Amino acid sequence: MVNYAIHTEDLRVRRGKREVLHGITVDVPQGSLVGLLGPSGSGKTTLMRAIVGVQRNVTGVVNVLGHAAGSAILRRQVGYVTQDASVYGDLTVRQNLNYFASMLRAGRADIERVLESTDLAEQANQMVDSLSGGQLSRASLAVALLGSPELLVLDEPTVGLDPVLRMELWGLFRRLSESGTTLLVSSHVMDEATRCDRLLLLRDGEILADETPAGLLERTGAADADAAFLALIRHRPKHLGTEFDGEAAS
Amino acid sequence: MSVRLTFAAAGRVLTQIRHDPRTIGLLLIVPSLLIGLLAWIYVDTPVFNQVGPAVLALFPFTIMFVVTSMTTLRERRTGTLERQLTLPIGKLDIIMGYALAFGLLAVFQAGIAVGFSVWLFGLDISGSVWWLLAIAVADAVLGTALGLLASAFANTEFQVAQFMPAFVFPQMLLGGLLLPRDQMPDVLYAISDWLPLSHAIDALNAVARNDQDDAYLLVKLLIIVAFIVGAIVLGSVTLKRRTP
Repeated sequence: MVNYAIHTEDLRVRRGKREVLHGITVDVPQGSLVGLLGPSGSGKTTLMRAIVGVQRNVTGVVNVLGHAAGSAILRRQVGYVTQDASVYGDLTVRQNLNYFASMLRAGRADIERVLESTDLAEQANQMVDSLSGGQLSRASLAVALLGSPELLVLDEPTVGLDPVLRMELWGLFRRLSESGTTLLVSSHVMDEATRCDRLLLLRDGEILADETPAGLLERTGAADADAAFLALIRHRPKHLGTEFDGEAAS
Repeated sequence: MSVRLTFAAAGRVLTQIRHDPRTIGLLLIVPSLLIGLLAWIYVDTPVFNQVGPAVLALFPFTIMFVVTSMTTLRERRTGTLERQLTLPIGKLDIIMGYALAFGLLAVFQAGIAVGFSVWLFGLDISGSVWWLLAIAVADAVLGTALGLLASAFANTEFQVAQFMPAFVFPQMLLGGLLLPRDQMPDVLYAISDWLPLSHAIDALNAVARNDQDDAYLLVKLLIIVAFIVGAIVLGSVTLKRRTP
């Protein structure tokens, strides 16, 4: 039996008068590295916020590690990195880690560990405001790694990074997943998709596809993830079956 | 609520401020300079002695309100507030951390303002300077607490900016600075009784003139403290872990 780190059923989110997620049903197996892909505005961030439990006006089932999303017990088991830096610019990297570690009761050794795994040991005593863009996003990631949460929800962690850094980060994600952590990583760069165990393709608040990268390429007959995505959009009715409402394809 | 986390949050805020010496300087000195400016304007008249105590309440209160709500605004914008709300720390701990850190600054700020007013600008204080200090400090902490409440209430940064005129200006107008409260229309007098700054100004005036007993001052001080506690509790209840 597979245990699911994330399980949603008919998840709907309303922002103002508009429904932005239209009944998402997905399962993310424990220990897997899952990519959440889709163009900007497709609802990736909202879905992640619903899973982390910071999104208002959510209906349907959202279960995370066996608890309802947003439960107090999940606050030490789920690490969340938003697209904002979410670290204090007027503190050093280490001072930031010290503060957030105090909430998770993570010790000094854990701080050294996350500095090491995000390759920030040299910048530990540097003010966050003086970090480069890549270092900044890694500092934010380092905070999320504190206390070794069981689930990491990372919203576009590689955006704006150079290819070498991107590759290193995906290497880190893979290592984390191999050590048992479940990762949900969003991206709008389709070629990052191939590094995941499973892909969730989101468009206009609906799941277009939920399968392995290989399966996706096979099903669409496309050569790469970008082409597969385009193919899916073109053949949307076939894949969504009766749920297709025709609104986005027109 | 956890004492450990409250102190961790307060320590974090103070470390942030420590990295910005200019802010500390401005925070500690600006109210005193403004009071000095006022004393200078009215140097040849008795006006400074009439409005001085009220101003001693107003400037630290306003500045602490602005500084506090701006800092929490920055927490919102950089995403650090949302991050804290996803972690095992109580909302009250976050707010109390701010209240403690800025409260400490308020003690120094109000102390300097009282010292400058009495010994440098020649504000006549017939009563106890200690009472003056206690009330001025409570009043500055009140500014912090209301600043925290205002920013907890707001859903967006824009709303935070609007709370300054909404929270502070009415208290300024009705607090007895423009016209003694008992000479205002009855309705406004009744409203002003429910505004904490009115009581701070009442108390500071009473100390300056030494025309009330300690019990009166204690009641006024307790009213201010009640507003501080109320604002902090209400602020932490209003702060939402889930946002639209």
